[in-house]
Amino acid sequence: MPRLTLTINNRSVSARRGESILSAARRSGSDIPTLCNLGGLIPAGACRVCLVEVAGYPRPVPACATRAEQGMVVTTDTERLTAARRMIVELLLAERNHSCAVCVMNQHCQLQDLAARLGIDHVRFAFISPLAGVDISHERFGIDHNRCILCRRCVRVCDEIEGAHTWDVDGRGAASRIICDLAQPWGTSATCTGCGKCVQACPTGALFEKDAPTKKATIDMERLSEWRRSRK
Amino acid sequence: MNVHDSHRADDRHRALERVMQQHRLRPDSLIEILHAAQRQFGWLDRDVLGLIAARLRLPPSLVYGVASFYHAFRLEPPGRHRCTVCTGTSCHLKGGSRLLQQLEQHFGIACGATAPDGSLTLENVRCLGACGLAPLIVIDDEACPHASFGPVVERLTASLDGEDTSP
Amino acid sequence: MKTPEPKNEKPTVCGGGLKISVCLGSPCLASGAEGVLRALREAWGEKPIAVIGTGCMGPCSRGPMIRIERDGYPTAYYERMTPQAACTTVAAYLAGAAPEQGRLAPDFPFIALQTRVVLEQCGRIDPCDLNSARAAGGYRALAHAIGKMTPEQICCEIGASGLRGRGGGGYPTGTKWELVRAASGRRKYVVANGDEGDPGAFMDRTLMESDPHRLLEGMAIAGYAVGARDGFIFVRGEYPLAAQRLGAAIVDAGKAGLLGRNILGSGFSFRIRLRIGAGAFVCGEETALMASVMGRRGQPVIRPPYPAQRGLWGSSTLINNVETFGCIAPIIRNGAAWFRSVGTPGNSGTKVFSISGDVATEGVLEVPLGTPLRELLAMAGGVSGGSFKAAQTGGASGGCIPASHMDVPVDYESLKGLGTIMGSGGLIVMNDQRCMTDVARFFMHFCQDESCGKCAPCRTGTQQAARLLDRIAAGEATSDDISQLEQLCRFMRETSLCGLGMAAPTPVLSTLRWFREEYENHVRDRRCPAGVCAMEGTPCRD
Ligand SMILES: Cc1cc2nc3c(=O)[nH]c(=O)nc-3n(C[C@H](O)[C@H](O)[C@H](O)COP(=O)(O)O)c2cc1C
Ligand code: SF4
Ligand code: SF4
Ligand code: SF4
Ligand code: FES
Ligand code: FES
Ligand code: FES
Repeated sequence: MPRLTLTINNRSVSARRGESILSAARRSGSDIPTLCNLGGLIPAGACRVCLVEVAGYPRPVPACATRAEQGMVVTTDTERLTAARRMIVELLLAERNHSCAVCVMNQHCQLQDLAARLGIDHVRFAFISPLAGVDISHERFGIDHNRCILCRRCVRVCDEIEGAHTWDVDGRGAASRIICDLAQPWGTSATCTGCGKCVQACPTGALFEKDAPTKKATIDMERLSEWRRSRK
Repeated sequence: MNVHDSHRADDRHRALERVMQQHRLRPDSLIEILHAAQRQFGWLDRDVLGLIAARLRLPPSLVYGVASFYHAFRLEPPGRHRCTVCTGTSCHLKGGSRLLQQLEQHFGIACGATAPDGSLTLENVRCLGACGLAPLIVIDDEACPHASFGPVVERLTASLDGEDTSP
Repeated sequence: MKTPEPKNEKPTVCGGGLKISVCLGSPCLASGAEGVLRALREAWGEKPIAVIGTGCMGPCSRGPMIRIERDGYPTAYYERMTPQAACTTVAAYLAGAAPEQGRLAPDFPFIALQTRVVLEQCGRIDPCDLNSARAAGGYRALAHAIGKMTPEQICCEIGASGLRGRGGGGYPTGTKWELVRAASGRRKYVVANGDEGDPGAFMDRTLMESDPHRLLEGMAIAGYAVGARDGFIFVRGEYPLAAQRLGAAIVDAGKAGLLGRNILGSGFSFRIRLRIGAGAFVCGEETALMASVMGRRGQPVIRPPYPAQRGLWGSSTLINNVETFGCIAPIIRNGAAWFRSVGTPGNSGTKVFSISGDVATEGVLEVPLGTPLRELLAMAGGVSGGSFKAAQTGGASGGCIPASHMDVPVDYESLKGLGTIMGSGGLIVMNDQRCMTDVARFFMHFCQDESCGKCAPCRTGTQQAARLLDRIAAGEATSDDISQLEQLCRFMRETSLCGLGMAAPTPVLSTLRWFREEYENHVRDRRCPAGVCAMEGTPCRD
């Protein structure tokens, strides 16, 4: 397999052609934070917390969606990047209603983890506090839009892996909402197979399993998508 | 729904089906087909969206997602009259946004909403490309250049009053 | 009005030598041009007077416009015509007098000082009549290109002309064409970006409505040059007339063998389809535009791959702005050197501007690139209702130019140096009655409405920035809010996924750069110097 070499945080790293900066960096021990990325899904480059600096590029690029190139010089932890990541997490915390203490995902939430890792103890911005709604019509699962960060991992996993495409996004901009089928209660969905992948894929407490007090992302998406590709 | 209405509904469905066939049921013609459906029905209700999804073999959520992304598609029935206020840059500078606010207050409906009796929909658009006529308002497809509050209300009230309410 | 040489125009004046053109651009139609045309046709219509409908003549705010040409008389433009006034004017002409009522001065700068290359035939030909376009030289460049030039030569010629994309970025068009030409793959596409979502811009609408064949010709030449057989025109949904005229033009051109299969018997085939937008500014962004053409949500995706590498349905795709395509035929007809002779080095050719706001005449102007802003203003008759305060270029993605820089030559680099952009050509002039904080707030709300919502910085950032600006406008902000706004804006510019989010902060940063004091007035003194902001609590709007 053709390989290439690049520099990540002053360390020389070898990568497969076509591999993302993120995956090369992780292998070399540089942990870049992510939110919207999930191994096995097509990268969206949407949350922007994985931004890294590449020498010669005018702006930071998302590590999850940018291919490693021969000779690239990448830095994953600069003051500018940390400030940007902090800003993103604060903005996400202010966007909906994240009351961690009463969340099913408390202690297992990737948003919460990232906030802790970045040392965020207060949010500079006004809390928008929208009335986002909860849908518990599905017999086993529920979705709490108050905790959704619109990463679309659920949309992608349901489409790309499960092939059901139950989820999509309603509206746009700040008014975007994750919807099921024709914006109907999940329990009435004609497409959902009840596989639970979206629940596993969700980084926050937005999608949850009703009778599990806490959940943890356990599913091995990487393996699943391998399996799906082999079937095609 | 009386017999007459259901005939009309059938005609509309037939017309929509024709358009879908013209596009050979290609999923990438979804937006064209949504435009056509809206021309037929005036708005896009869930039945129509579900029908389109089924005919084009697209997931329903994808069709809904597309319809809700674009401002031109209505997911709620519009009023019998429509007043569209331009709030593009020139129109904003020349009072378009203020005019919209005044109209909202006067008719008691928010921008984007329809009066409870279904008589009037108030909406905005970001520039109609005729900025020399700012502020510009469109009432039932008819442009009113250099609009101001008094005359617009007069026009609208006249259309609302002149409405034929007999069945 | 001058059109740079060389040029050969046959006089189309017929019969008794009186030719009347009525502008049927959508602004003039909105002001009642149809009634004027009908009245004139009813009254005369037959020979010896030819009454034709044309596209936009330029000074749209003075519509309905008519033009009267008569042998032995100078061409005369009449403004703000009513059916009656138009008939009286024409009757006077027939009686041998040219009435002054409503007549624009013969050297009316808005018209006389333009240099028309792209809009050469706008307002001259009947946009609904292919013969009218052909009589004025339409499709001659296409015939020459497919008959006498190789695709390589065309790309080379476009490259040599120095033409840069008119959609805003100013990317060299020749380079882009060459990339697509050299790309492998059986299928390729050509897309004309006619989304023009920038509020206050209407150059592309003008061209599409007034000379649709110019766009079709440019696209067909592009198709031949890059090896594509299919083209799409993405027309903004708010422009029904443009879509209608383009649709008719495509049919007419197809019937005449100028589009479709085996064009002019050359073996080259090129089909053009229309796609009507559905109201989303972000669809002007090329990856979002392609998603929309393929029937999906208009959400941008990360580049690379660029459309030239992987575009529509995975094939190499050429995307250019409508005006860019409008430059192609003249370049092929007159040569790259001629095009370079217009404008300035590095900024060759002309640019069409739609000028509106506080000026005496609002409408469409075409001038050589590098023309000073002051001159553009003078052509539009100067600032109205007060003294000049600022001009916004590039719409919601651009910034403003303050009075101290009125002499800036309008070209890609000079505008960038002032912290704004050329953008697509919308130029909004503001007098001293305008509040710059309010303008910034307006644009931020626009961007919030138009954000696709995919990436976090733009979706949440525009929302928070709009809130901060609301607070400033309401007199509720503290000086911390200004610095927070500034921070947020720099952050969005650096981290957003697509050009919308990256550029959304520009109006704020630009007004902060030139008019910071006004922000401080709002915050420190709780006062809006221009008296625009109400200062009475947060106006709750979304
Ligand atoms: C948010 C956004 C909106 C845009 N809107 C337009 C537009 O309305 N028309 C246009 O031609 N280009 C627009 N562009 C630029 C296009 O993405 C693209 O660069 C252009 O069409 C390329 O054509 P050109 O090389 O001829 O300029 C927009 C870009 C962004 C980021
Ligand atoms: S449970 Fe499975 S099928 Fe149902 S929405 Fe989630 S991922 Fe899709
Ligand atoms: S529900 Fe969960 S997975 Fe889906 S978009 Fe929201 S946060 Fe992401
Ligand atoms: S910058 Fe805005 S418009 Fe662009 S992808 Fe992000 S959210 Fe969408
Ligand atoms: S993880 Fe890379 S952009 Fe979200
Ligand atoms: S701003 Fe209203 S028409 Fe352009
Ligand atoms: S539309 Fe008539 S002059 Fe522009």
